[in-house]
Amino acid sequence: MIVTTSWYLVLGALLFIIGGVGLLVRRNPLIMLMCVELMLNGVNLSFVAFSKALGDIGGQTVVFFVLVVAAAEVVVGLGLIVAILRRAPGSTADDLSVLKG
Amino acid sequence: MVDTIVFLVAAVICLTGALGVILARNPVHSALMLVMTLFGIAVQFVSQEAHFLAAVQVIVYAGAIVVLFLFVIMLLGVDTAQNLEIGALPAQKWAALCFGVGSLALTGYIILAVDNPVTGRPGMGGAIDETANVRLLARSLFSNYVYAFELTSLLLVIAVIGAVVLARKPVKQLPEEAGR
Amino acid sequence: MVELVWLIPTFPLVGFLFLLIAGSRLGEPKAGWIATAASTCSFIVTFVVFLGLLAKSSDDRSFEQVLFDWLPAGSLNVEAGFLVDPLSMTMALFVTGVGTLIHLYSVGYMHGDPKFSKFFLYLNLFLFSMLMLVLGNNLVVTFLGWEGVGTCSYLLISFWHQRDSAATAGKKAFVTNRVGDWGFMIAMFLLWSSIGTLTYTEIAQSSPMATVTGTAVSLLLFVAAAGKSAQLPLYVWLPDAMEGPTPVSAMVHAATMVTSGVYLLVRMNHVLTSDALIVIAVVGAATALFAALAAVAQQDIKKVLAYSTVSQLGFMFLAIGSGAYVAAIFHVITHAFFKALLFLGSGSVIHGMHDEQDMKKMGALRSLMPITAGTFIIGWLAIAGVPPFAGFWSKDEILLAAWEQPNIGPILWAVGLVTALLTAYYMSRQVFLVFFGDKRWDEGVEPHESPWTMTLPLCILAVAAALGGLINLPVVADWLYLEHFLEPIFSHPHQFVSSTTTKIILAIIAVLAGLVGIGVAAAVWLVHRVKADQLEPKILENAMYIDAAYSKVVGGVGHKAFEMISNADKKYVDGAINQIGKTTIRLGAMMRPLQSGYMRNYAIGITIGGLVLLIWIIAGAS
Repeated sequence: MIVTTSWYLVLGALLFIIGGVGLLVRRNPLIMLMCVELMLNGVNLSFVAFSKALGDIGGQTVVFFVLVVAAAEVVVGLGLIVAILRRAPGSTADDLSVLKG
Repeated sequence: MVDTIVFLVAAVICLTGALGVILARNPVHSALMLVMTLFGIAVQFVSQEAHFLAAVQVIVYAGAIVVLFLFVIMLLGVDTAQNLEIGALPAQKWAALCFGVGSLALTGYIILAVDNPVTGRPGMGGAIDETANVRLLARSLFSNYVYAFELTSLLLVIAVIGAVVLARKPVKQLPEEAGR
Repeated sequence: MVELVWLIPTFPLVGFLFLLIAGSRLGEPKAGWIATAASTCSFIVTFVVFLGLLAKSSDDRSFEQVLFDWLPAGSLNVEAGFLVDPLSMTMALFVTGVGTLIHLYSVGYMHGDPKFSKFFLYLNLFLFSMLMLVLGNNLVVTFLGWEGVGTCSYLLISFWHQRDSAATAGKKAFVTNRVGDWGFMIAMFLLWSSIGTLTYTEIAQSSPMATVTGTAVSLLLFVAAAGKSAQLPLYVWLPDAMEGPTPVSAMVHAATMVTSGVYLLVRMNHVLTSDALIVIAVVGAATALFAALAAVAQQDIKKVLAYSTVSQLGFMFLAIGSGAYVAAIFHVITHAFFKALLFLGSGSVIHGMHDEQDMKKMGALRSLMPITAGTFIIGWLAIAGVPPFAGFWSKDEILLAAWEQPNIGPILWAVGLVTALLTAYYMSRQVFLVFFGDKRWDEGVEPHESPWTMTLPLCILAVAAALGGLINLPVVADWLYLEHFLEPIFSHPHQFVSSTTTKIILAIIAVLAGLVGIGVAAAVWLVHRVKADQLEPKILENAMYIDAAYSKVVGGVGHKAFEMISNADKKYVDGAINQIGKTTIRLGAMMRPLQSGYMRNYAIGITIGGLVLLIWIIAGAS
């Protein structure tokens, strides 16, 4: 069986779904952030697959940017988590409901 | 033949890692599972001839981001087994189920219904020809996407500043002021 | 050499900027000398440019120098440029000349003032604005200078702003001038829409406009001139402007700024229609008489001169209204000399009497302040119209032009004659009260002569006031230098039609009127044969209460109207905007329950929502 583009897309979708489910289910903020990374990786895989299939470098460029933005996001996210958990160690995502309207 | 085997092996690695991330109790285990997934993805990148991205994936993602995760986990001491429960809000389980099943169904449907997942229309980035991958990527990055490039560099600076500001220790109060 | 015209306003501008930066550090008296040097250089360049203009043949005397395109806006192209022609050079010469003398005088007068350098900063800025006004080659550059002199007038009048009266006087001057500026602007718009150009050389060659438009433009320009040159009914700011230091009164309110209205009308003589000219003549004559009556009863040494300025300006407008533009410019020049002289002289008296301004507290000063007295007397004789001093020649020419007007000519002449009589009377009254008679000052005041920086300009101006008539003597046609010089400016040069006999008779009557005025004043104030009580009624002292009437109308009815508008604004306009704000808040309150605060709820929203969207799109696509 030849590996076509669809195989990669399915893999990417599966990664995305697993990441999404993990995001909804887990309460530890660090784990939630890791699940977001999973989702991003799934998307990256899809982009690269399309880039190969279309013969266009634009897909890889987008992945490059996604990588950069994910790095920045992780940095800021971890900073936030550090700030929050330092004040109230052992809190979970559900305890952070101060912004309730 | 070789491609298929490589793909399957890498896919197994990715999925195992992904399931490990969401099911592990210990956050450190989650982080290591994430590394496994990232390596699997890097292998997939190589098999798609995106060599530069594979290298960057390993260096940045696995090498920097996950290390950051581990730093924070160690710093905050959440590596003990206490904060790991799955669930709590009742709606979440059902929502997760809906999402998972629904997305799987959707994916299946798309794969079956669509012959060719690619439209064939040319994109914006520039065609892949015989030049090296790095050179192509660089050419595309610095001509078509140079604005985005500059903006992301700005974004990185902002992120650094933001992190420093957010993670500062609160200023200690002097003893005589605390009494007021 | 005429290309150097751009240097003329540059010197005072540089002086202004330099003093702005370094003035307070330089202090007294260096700041004053720098400003005077800037003014002197400007005068020298003006003279050089003037010689360059004279070197050209008389039908080629118009040189335009465009610095850059200032406002290119569609079909309207306003340049920043200068026009060197006889009229602008005449104005520039005496503006810079008298200006330099006043700068020198101020070095002495403002001695000891804490804001010494600021004064010269303003004076230089004023000189710059006035030069832009007279040298501009189109109406917009003139307007720039117009506004500039108005601003400087405000700054200088309220120079001692700690005094409430000075601050109010400055505001009053500015606001009254604004009313005039409105007329200027509307006139510019009308002119642009009917002729299509604002440049003087092009206006001079344009075909006449429709009579109604032409009259409207002329009258609006006259409104502007009335504001700047203090005619009825916009004269009210000039007497109050005496709150400023005396050099300001001399420069701004006697010699230069107030003549800019006259300049404007003479410059625009091509568009002035005959109907408008009649109005101008009547208003000018009425103002002259009214102001002369008010001057009769003033006690303050400067207020007499202020009303006198209004009166003399009325004469100039009478001349313009009679079509005798050269006579108007001639009177502008002679008036600049003798009025500046009189103001500076009064400043010298005030300075010597240690800031006493009430004439009833002066007297017998001629032996204690000889130079001031001597020069002041020369100025007095000039303004009273005694030959051979300058004032006689210019005033006589105006009266002759008024006499020659059809229909109302003799009436205008009679008004002018009575005004001349009153002028002689009140000026003589001032001279006798201040310099002759018995001393009436309080104990402890020791009057003394002023320093050379103040008396030197007085002497120079006295010479000018004495000999100024030489530029346009009507005796022999060749001696009419000014008239020949200014001829290219006018589209319809004025010709005097009376016979020589008529001219001589009118001149003699005018001189007699002057002598009668002097005689009456002598009888009352010098020899005290006639009682003085009846001659200074309160109504004249308060200038027939016109000013008070203005305050009542604007303060009473006007104030209420403005308050009504302000309240409507608050209620409706602000209310509407506040309602928008309140509505937004209400909407927000309705949407608040969506924010539960739980991160994972939000995650549900995002993922499920995304999934639904995706399904919808795919269903739509297939």
